[in-house]
This record gives sequence, structure tokens and C-alpha cells, in this order.
Amino acid sequence: MEAKKFIRVMVWELPVRIFHWINVLCIIVLSITGFLIANPPALLSNAEATNLHSFGIVRFIHFATAYLFLFNMILRIYWSFVGNQFASWRAFWPFSKKNWNNFWHVVKIDLMLFNEDHPNVKDISIGHNSVATLSYIIMFFLAFVQIATGFALYADTSSWWLPKLFSWVIPLFGGDFIVRTIHHITMWTFIFFSLVHIYLVFYHDWLDGRGEVSSMIGGFKFVREDRIKHHEEIPSESKK
Amino acid sequence: MSTNNEKRKTYYESIIKHGYSRRDFMKFSTYMAAFMGLENSMVGQIAQSLENTPRLPVIWEHYQECTCCSESFIRSNHPIVADIILDRISLDYTLTLMAASGHQAEAAKQETMKKYHGEYILCVEGSIPLGDDGNYCCIAGKSAKESFLEAAEGAKVIIAWGSCASNGCVQAAKPNPTEATPIHKIVKNKPIIRVPGCPPIGEVMAGIIMHVVAFGRLPKLDRLGRPKAFYGKRVHDSCYRRPYYDAGLFAETFDDQNAKNGYCLYKVGCKGPMTYNSCGTIKWNNGVSYPIQSGHGCIGCSEENFWDNGPFYERTTRMPGFAVESNADTIGKVAAGVLAGGIAVHAVAANISKRKELMDRINRGKDNEKNIES
Repeated sequence: MEAKKFIRVMVWELPVRIFHWINVLCIIVLSITGFLIANPPALLSNAEATNLHSFGIVRFIHFATAYLFLFNMILRIYWSFVGNQFASWRAFWPFSKKNWNNFWHVVKIDLMLFNEDHPNVKDISIGHNSVATLSYIIMFFLAFVQIATGFALYADTSSWWLPKLFSWVIPLFGGDFIVRTIHHITMWTFIFFSLVHIYLVFYHDWLDGRGEVSSMIGGFKFVREDRIKHHEEIPSESKK
Repeated sequence: MSTNNEKRKTYYESIIKHGYSRRDFMKFSTYMAAFMGLENSMVGQIAQSLENTPRLPVIWEHYQECTCCSESFIRSNHPIVADIILDRISLDYTLTLMAASGHQAEAAKQETMKKYHGEYILCVEGSIPLGDDGNYCCIAGKSAKESFLEAAEGAKVIIAWGSCASNGCVQAAKPNPTEATPIHKIVKNKPIIRVPGCPPIGEVMAGIIMHVVAFGRLPKLDRLGRPKAFYGKRVHDSCYRRPYYDAGLFAETFDDQNAKNGYCLYKVGCKGPMTYNSCGTIKWNNGVSYPIQSGHGCIGCSEENFWDNGPFYERTTRMPGFAVESNADTIGKVAAGVLAGGIAVHAVAANISKRKELMDRINRGKDNEKNIES
């Protein structure tokens, strides 16, 4: 087998990585506090209500994190217009032949685990693959569902215009009951997504050996030299 | 019951004629201002308006309902509310309270609708069945839908009393055999005030009807058509047990020490945090108490679908389309377990299927390790 040369490529720019890890933090904090709000544990305390504010603090953390989650999403959407080709909204655009070819390739090779006799290097995505972009489009939509339903439930206890932007959601569904149910069920989709997402990152790191896990920390992925134009001009970055 | 032949008196004239003093009248105006959530200076405006406004005829229809709205209304705080506004002065037609019955009653209604076309207030208590050509509810040979459309045509304002007329209520619970329908889905071209609750608070009902007669226009409504003055806040937001909620102190069961201490009923299924109503401030039975004060959680009777929204005594998120016992969290946990199992199987299968590729790479890596120049 011929030796393969890999080149270090900046795939995930700093704002993308910051978005990713703030988002991780937000989802963890929002899910934990969300579970606590939905089903609070019994407190073993003799203190009077005057001296306790534990549930209020949990709710405060939930609401404060919700704002962080929202502004972080806005940052990512902004970056999809100014960031590199892997961060761009174009990378997420699902309606192209190339995209669907890649989609079926990923389904066949990575999900159904078939092997190819003559793998084409171009089938390996450098940034997100097409299945991943589709899942992120769905997650962005579900994030919007969470933001809209969450702020709609919150709006009446706030005097700020921003949460009130979403107060149309309650009449749309008919009442707080159903909106709360949607908010709760949608949270579970974030948990399911996280399970699959983390597994697939490890899967690609193990089977592709291109630094999938560390790429979201340092930003670099290793890309086969034959995919880079004029690669002979940047020898110092190449690796054996 | 007024007869339609008499000259339309103003409210004040009628009140005095029925033996109330001016002092009673002023007290009544003050009560009404307080019900409507108006400030002190508005009392004069209400009094003035009642002195100068001729009475508005009211037609009060009863369809699929239990009459709890009427019961609530006639028990509202001030006797003049029921006595004068409803019974003696304004009510031209209501099956339950009017003296006339049968053809006489229907004739009174027809006459009011003709004479005060475009002026009368139509109050609707109860939902309207649309199933089987509306045969589930017929009055005087007409189906509820026919009768409602006929009355709605000339109405100035329609008031939907209670959860039946506003949301459908228990008779609209799945599978809704009679196709009980709230009135705003039947008539679209008239202003409708929705006053949900099972029943609504009597003072709220009085406040709303007084607002319409005193000011001649609708009270400020929210997006769901409910008056903001009474449905602007959740029961939870004005609940006197709220400090226990913020502290995280909850009754775990109805007979534990926490319940005796008066802790928050959130965990035993109180729907106060999702229910918009004035129970926490106006309360019931002339301000004596309300469900949470009596130790029972709010069941959310003024919210849409409260009858289908899961158990009253549990804090579960019911999953639409699943059995009653399953809630979102049980389904979520099972699904997460299945998913984790699937991932484990996929991981093993991946290592088997791609073993050749993996071994190649691992061996190459080992070779490279041996050739490192130290």
C-alpha cells in the first residue's frame, strides 16, 4: 500500500469552535435545569421559604442560559455569512446533486458499513458530510423551536421586548400546556442527537484517522495531500 | 324580566326604580370599577355612563353546558350585578332565569332580535354540537347551530361564557362524540370576548359585561380574545404559595407534612403555572378562597384542552398518541436506551466490516514508529 501524505487544514475557525463549546455547555445546563424544573427533587430542609430560593436559582440559571443559547445561535448564523467554506451556509445547502451523491455515499459506507473496492478520495468530506449537514439543519430548526416555545412561556414574566417577540407562539398552539409539552419533548431530541453525534465523531476519528475529535479543539483536520492544489509550495506543513 | 314595550330607560333609572338608593348605585359603580381593575378616578365615569346610557338588551343562550356559568354569575359579589343587570333590566332571553317559557320565551327573543338588531349583546353559555346535523342539542325545534347563527347575526358583541363556549370543555374531550365546538370557530365576523373557566369567576363575568355596557366597547383583549384585565397573569403569578415554589419547597403527597405546612402543590399536579386566570386575586365565593388556598392544585379549567391534558394530580408531560401511563420522560429514557444499544451494535459492526482498512492503517503506523529517526 502506498504511503499517504496528510496536510493540516484549518477547518473549524475559532468562532465556530467557540460556538460549538458554548452550545455544548448551554445544552447540558439547559437540559439539567429543565429536568429539575419539570420534576423538582424533594428538598430536605427545615428552612422557611423566606430563607430559601433554590428553585428560583435553578429557574434563573435556565433563563440566563437560554439567553446565552440564543445569542450563541445568532453568532453562528452571522458566521455562516462571513466564515470559511466549511462554516458557510452554502455548506449546509441541501439541494444540489453533489450533496445528494455524498449523502448516499455516507449512508452506504458509514451507516450501512459497506466497503468500497476503489475508494475515491473526493468522497471523504473535509468539513461536514451531507448527512451531518442535514442533521444540523434539523437541529437548528429544533433549536428555534426550543427558543420560540421557551421564550413564549417566559414572556409573561418578563418586561423586555425580546422574549415578547415569541408571545405569538402560545395562541398558535392554544395554551401553555401544549407549548410546555412541545418544549419538553424537543429537549429529548437534543439528547438523542448528542448520543449519535458524539458516537459518530469517535467513529470517524477511529476509522478515518484525520483528527476528527481534536479538530473541534484546535480547528485543524488532516487532509490527503492529493486534494490540495500547489501542495508542493507548503512543504513545512506536510506530514508523513 | 323587562318587557320590550317599555321605553328604554337608562341603567340608573332602572336601578332607582327597583328600590335601590343613590348610595347603593355609587357603591355598585365602585365595585364594578374595582372588578374591571380600573383606578379610583374611573368610578365617576362608570356612574355617569350608567346614568346616561340606555340599557343594552342581552340575549343569553344555553347550549351544551351545565349552567355553572349562570350559577357563578348570579353569585357575584354585589346583589345589583345579578339582580339589576341580569335579571330585572337587561336580560331579554335566558332559558334558566326567565319567567316566561315555551312559545312566549321564544317570541320574546325574536322580538328583541328584531327590535334591537345590531345593538344587543349575545351571551353564549355552552358549546355547539356540529355532529349528526347538530341534533345533539335542540331548542324550540332548532339545532344549537341554527339558533346561534340566527342570534349572532344581529348581535353587537358576542360573549363566550365559560370553557364550553370558549374552548369546548369536557364534552369536547376525545373522542368528542357530538363534535362540540367553541363558538369562535362558527362565527368569524363578530367581535367575540372569550371568558374561559369552568365556570369563570362571577366578578370577572360582571366586570366584562359591565365594561361593554358602560363604555360601549370591548375590553382590551389578548391574542386569544380573553380580557387582559382578568386573564393577563397566570394563577401561579399571583398565588400566595408562590414563595414555597421559589424556595423549592413542595408537597410530595396530599397527606404529608409539607402539604400541612401549606407548601406549593406543583408536584401534586397543580396547573397554576400554565393557567391564565384571576383566581389568585379575585378568588371565589365572594373572595373567600380558591382551589389552591383550599389545598387542591389548580386543574387549569380556563385553559384549552385542560380535560385532555394529562392527570390532574401528576406533573407529567403526556405524550400525544401514547398510552395514558407513558409520559415524555419514560418514552425518552427507553428511546435513549435503544439508541445507545444501537450505537454499541454499530460500533462493533463497524470494526468488523472495516477491519481490513483498520489493520492496514494500524500496521502502517507501527512501521512508521519503527522508522523514527531518533
